[in-house]
Amino acid sequence: MNVLRSELLPLRNSNDVVLARQKVRQWSIELRFSLVDQTKLVTAASELARNALDHGKGGEMTIEQLSNGPKSGLRLTFADQGPGIPNIEQALTDGFTSGSGMGLGLGGSKRLVNEFSIESEVGKGTKVIVARWR
Amino acid sequence: MDRIPVLRMGSLLLITIQVDMHDKLAMQLQDDVTQRISEWGSTGVLIDISSLEIVDSFIGRMLANIAAMSRVLGADTVVVGMQPAVAITLVELGMSLPGVRTALSVEAGMELLFEAAAPTQSGLADERPQV
Repeated sequence: MNVLRSELLPLRNSNDVVLARQKVRQWSIELRFSLVDQTKLVTAASELARNALDHGKGGEMTIEQLSNGPKSGLRLTFADQGPGIPNIEQALTDGFTSGSGMGLGLGGSKRLVNEFSIESEVGKGTKVIVARWR
Repeated sequence: MDRIPVLRMGSLLLITIQVDMHDKLAMQLQDDVTQRISEWGSTGVLIDISSLEIVDSFIGRMLANIAAMSRVLGADTVVVGMQPAVAITLVELGMSLPGVRTALSVEAGMELLFEAAAPTQSGLADERPQV
């Protein structure tokens, strides 16, 4: 698997979330994702970017274009240096929320992508990596 | 500060969301809608989201909140024009917008609101506080 290009975007305020969404949309179009696939990936990006902002106190998103033989895809990495998630399994459950949301962010995003992984260390931060293939 | 315009059309409020909303704009809209309902005595709120390319849980929650707040103030809300790709994604995300009435087009949405506002023998009209 090769990384053809990558870009780093800060997530410091709610406008950065909008910019992150637009970047993911733009690259999904360039990779000729179907409209439904674009919408799923952009929605997942929006959820995860907001998580990094609201729960992780800000962070950054890395977007990468991947190629694996004939397949192409996008990988998004959301990293923050926030308080971390003590119980990841619980955080992935629909309806679980530590804030004012509906608790659909993590579990919901997982359903919108092909690959999902999460690492979190209490006191250090959280990293969520997702990928979607065309 | 930019704002999403809330238009008055008779007894209805008309809102067309055309921009990629950041969070503060969404919060502002909730405030504006409730303010206008109480100021103008509106009985229906029509929200056109046909230009929205995504609805994430934050925007979904905002739509549900507007519907709930309007309900408490005596106005019905209909969300119209959701794109098919948005509907597919929203349901997969786990959000089916309970409590929010939807219609395919502005016309269909208005019909729903006029029906709801018409004085009928059904229980709907009785729930409204009498002035």
